[in-house]
Amino acid sequence: MEVTINNIRKEFERFPALNDVSLKIGSGELIALLGPSGSGKTTLLRLIAGLDFPTAGQIFFGAEDASHHSVQERNVGFVFQHYALFRHMTVAENIGFGLKVRPSSSRPPKTEIRKRVSNLLDMVQLGGLEKRYPNQLSGGQRQRVALARAMAIEPRILLLDEPFGALDAKVRKELRRWLREFHDRTGHTTVFVTHDQEEALELADRVVVMSQGKIEQVGSADDVYDRPGSPFVFSFIGESSQLPVEVKDGTVLFQGQPIGISETGDGAGELFFRPEDVNLIDTQDALFGKVTASRRLAGTRIAEIDIANNGHPPYHVEVEVPLHAPVELGSEVRFRPTRWKIFRK
Amino acid sequence: MSRSSQPKFRSPADERPLAKILLILLSLAFLGFFLFLPLVSVFVEAFRKGIGEYYEALIEPDAAAAIHLTLMVAAIAVPLNLAFGLAASWAIAKFEFKGKAFLITLIDLPFSISPVISGLVYVLLFGSGSLLGPLLKSWGIEILFAVPGIVLATVFVTFPFVARELIPLMEDQGTGDEEAALSLGASGWQTFWYVTLPNIKWGLLYGVLLCNARAMGEFGAVSVVSGRIRGITTTMPLHVEILYNEYNMVAAFAVASLLAALALVTLALKTLLELRFGAGNAGGRH
Repeated sequence: MEVTINNIRKEFERFPALNDVSLKIGSGELIALLGPSGSGKTTLLRLIAGLDFPTAGQIFFGAEDASHHSVQERNVGFVFQHYALFRHMTVAENIGFGLKVRPSSSRPPKTEIRKRVSNLLDMVQLGGLEKRYPNQLSGGQRQRVALARAMAIEPRILLLDEPFGALDAKVRKELRRWLREFHDRTGHTTVFVTHDQEEALELADRVVVMSQGKIEQVGSADDVYDRPGSPFVFSFIGESSQLPVEVKDGTVLFQGQPIGISETGDGAGELFFRPEDVNLIDTQDALFGKVTASRRLAGTRIAEIDIANNGHPPYHVEVEVPLHAPVELGSEVRFRPTRWKIFRK
Repeated sequence: MSRSSQPKFRSPADERPLAKILLILLSLAFLGFFLFLPLVSVFVEAFRKGIGEYYEALIEPDAAAAIHLTLMVAAIAVPLNLAFGLAASWAIAKFEFKGKAFLITLIDLPFSISPVISGLVYVLLFGSGSLLGPLLKSWGIEILFAVPGIVLATVFVTFPFVARELIPLMEDQGTGDEEAALSLGASGWQTFWYVTLPNIKWGLLYGVLLCNARAMGEFGAVSVVSGRIRGITTTMPLHVEILYNEYNMVAAFAVASLLAALALVTLALKTLLELRFGAGNAGGRH
């Protein structure tokens, strides 16, 4: 099922939680809504589900305008952040709930429900746990019961709110891989919300980066990491450093001095670069500063460098250096970004 | 090294043994004197002239009528307040609306004003000097000094019990389970029946028990609106007072012991529920 979101706006007591958001989700895609808390990602997910309604704008499921359809009519599978399993029902009753509450004309017979519940349990690898209650399950098992329950109604799309948020790191990693396989097997259009960029980049076909009620960028993991479209995306995804620069006659100037990189289009801007896109260099036209700390990171070393700022607090940047580079504490190093982006003011 | 040679450590919150014993004795003496002793004396007095006399006092027509009336009033007031309390706490816990804080304060009103005043309010509303009273009377409906007045006063006084019990519980549970049920295609009614009600059933039962205990035991408000027509508008607490004023001690305490027994049963049920309730909560949401 293809989902199209057109110019959605959502206000809570006049405070805009989403501001003119548009997004096209392809059929069978696995999409991550990524952003810090308060960015509106969960609000967007709830609007797609029909758990909230937009102040303005439309949501299409395929060609059908679902904007005013109730959550029941939309037939979406929603997995809640804390699973919201019914604690007084067994695992089997939880999963079968969506079938049991159907009107008698479309309700499958009891034996059929039992069969489907058992198939779903096998699908989420929890066969044999039918009679357990939610409080007798581990976090990861609850997560999968919630997923099976959402899948039982044969939803048109699958929506997951912070699916791994409440799990410990190891289970998170396992479930992440498992969810990807699950998605590839079932082929459902899936949207999940996360504030964990690693999760979003690893799992999703496309990542929707959100900030302050707006979509900052939509793209593959490579797109958002290698070609960030805004200062927010550059600093939110991965590590980065930023410095105020000026471009004059094609040369980039920092504190009035050329730093050995060039750019077209004159004017002031913010220079962004990643720690790994830096070369130590021994020439005058380069950035330079004092090493304040260095730490080992797997196969390389990260040096933290303070760049003096005429009596103001120094600029702080991080660069990745070879293991044996001369970066003793207090020593002065010179370096140049090899890949960078300048966002104009 | 032997154990006894090690210095003894005491938790900072722990008291010296003497202080501990004193505190326990003090609270036990207080409880015994103020709670246990009166309760025992009710039963002692009731059975002072033997079980035959006790039984006589309870089946005597006026006493039987009082017991009947009390049960009937409770049977009307409790279901009404079950419905009102459920509706009010549902509205308060699950929805945001203007005037919510005011509504919560209003629910507490019957707790904060004297029951006598609650009764007087109904006298003002339905008395012969009021607007409503004569009108209803012309239609043949008696409110004051009749059963409807007693029911109204009881409903008013016992209103907060169910709502007070449910509001914190429902607020704590939030709307996640309901949203899950709706997203799975359940209707509003199905969601209430299969999800909300089972989630609150123990709290609801607890509130109903408290409400019932108060409905049967209410004296002040009922006393004002009943007119105390013996055998017709006297509930058990009123009947006890009448007997007491006639120096009919054994009969007064016999009826009183029945009320006390009701209270004890309620307490026992409440304790049982709390055990169950506590266990249910411990295994709840994570």
